[in-house]
Amino acid sequence: MYRVVITGAGSVNALGHDVPNTLEAMREGRCGIGALDFQDVERLSIQIGGQVRGFEAEGRYNRQQMSLYDRFTQFTLAAAKEAIEQSGLTFSGDEAAKSGVVLGTAGGGVSTWDANYRSVYEEGKNRVHPFVVPKLMNNAAASHVSMEHNLKGPSFTVSTACASSNHAMAQAFQMVRTGMAPAMITGGSESMLCFGGVKAWEGLRVMSKDACRPFSANRNGMVQGEGAGIFVFEEYEHARKRGADILCEVVGFAMSSDASDIVMPSKNGAARAMAGALADAKVNRDQVGYINAHGTGTAANDKTECAAVADVFGPHADKLMISSTKSMHGHLIGGTGAVELLACIMALRDGIIAPTIGYEEPDPECALDVVPNDAREAKVDVVLSNAFAFGGMNAVLALARV
Amino acid sequence: MSVQDKVIEIIAEQAVLEPGDVALDSTLEDLGIDSLGLVESIFAIEEEFDLSVPFNANDPSESDFDITNVQSIIKGIEKLISDQKG
Repeated sequence: MYRVVITGAGSVNALGHDVPNTLEAMREGRCGIGALDFQDVERLSIQIGGQVRGFEAEGRYNRQQMSLYDRFTQFTLAAAKEAIEQSGLTFSGDEAAKSGVVLGTAGGGVSTWDANYRSVYEEGKNRVHPFVVPKLMNNAAASHVSMEHNLKGPSFTVSTACASSNHAMAQAFQMVRTGMAPAMITGGSESMLCFGGVKAWEGLRVMSKDACRPFSANRNGMVQGEGAGIFVFEEYEHARKRGADILCEVVGFAMSSDASDIVMPSKNGAARAMAGALADAKVNRDQVGYINAHGTGTAANDKTECAAVADVFGPHADKLMISSTKSMHGHLIGGTGAVELLACIMALRDGIIAPTIGYEEPDPECALDVVPNDAREAKVDVVLSNAFAFGGMNAVLALARV
Repeated sequence: MSVQDKVIEIIAEQAVLEPGDVALDSTLEDLGIDSLGLVESIFAIEEEFDLSVPFNANDPSESDFDITNVQSIIKGIEKLISDQKG
């Protein structure tokens, strides 16, 4: 088994168009959630979200690329460029042949579906652009990353709703750990903030109309976000030999399925994933200083997640910190674990714990240290990143300071 | 069909029961309707009466819509009809 480290990170999300800006916003506890801006938003009962602002595709991508890049691909490519540039890797020869791209997304090109349904159903057109299919397919983003960066190894897309990017990163981790690939590009992206995307979520009645307040007694639902988080996972010796700047180490993961309900989370499934990640990483529970929570701000998730943490960590649950950065960037669905991994890296590398903002009232069912409202300085050695999806599919990653 | 009969019909369909088996004092729990079934019932009611029901699945007790039992749901719908269509 090889050790796996992260040597590059990139992101586009409501808090920033790159990692430094995102981390600065997390440190300052800034909220990226605001009024949604797109066609027909006035027909929605939910009109807020963590929308990426000022990200102009024009100028970044040429006309041919634009006809092939849905917004989720645009975010992915920008984040992948940042991550790979930071890593200093260029892929050629045998290394290129072995290195690949595993990304998560729940919906893929949702706004491409939306725009083209609008044109054939509402506008009555009988012809769509020839590239609708390659633009909306869930693997489009991973494919374009592989083409752009000459990654010829195993590449695919994982789709497990809100756990997609954690499942993707777990898979990439496994590939590097077993020696199958010297490096993998991984993470995820999502862009569902269009009329049809939000309308679908509205139907479930779990969305907040005003704010995402995870763990706060007055929380009233989730708020959607959009964007991408992309990382370079690299074999430790490979990174060390070339003098790469190592951001942190990925030390373990676990996945579990609740096998119980299509939307209601289970304490047992969440607990098994966290305990499994600790066992895989061979770390004791009292070494964990911080958990980046799934923390959606729904009644069901937050109390179940806190109960699962209490089960797994016992008395140590009261000593560790747990925060949900969804309060700032919203819930990026299939890309959420990837953007949230940035908070884990910041905790390990900079000793700064991102806060749970919007926290107003303690909830006895979420009685943990949720790092309310203000970031905190703390030295932590091991962190977990939780993702618990609809369908009961859970994936937890364990990371450590190098 | 009265509002009461229509609401009972919708709830009965969700519960896979005959309308005659749905009593006014039945709770959704009595009828075996879970949170997903409730959200579906509310959707069906909204479609039937062309209404918007203020219901947040995160915290049904905090919503402005009383789902204590079948009777309270019917009362709530009747009020919404008079408010929204008044």
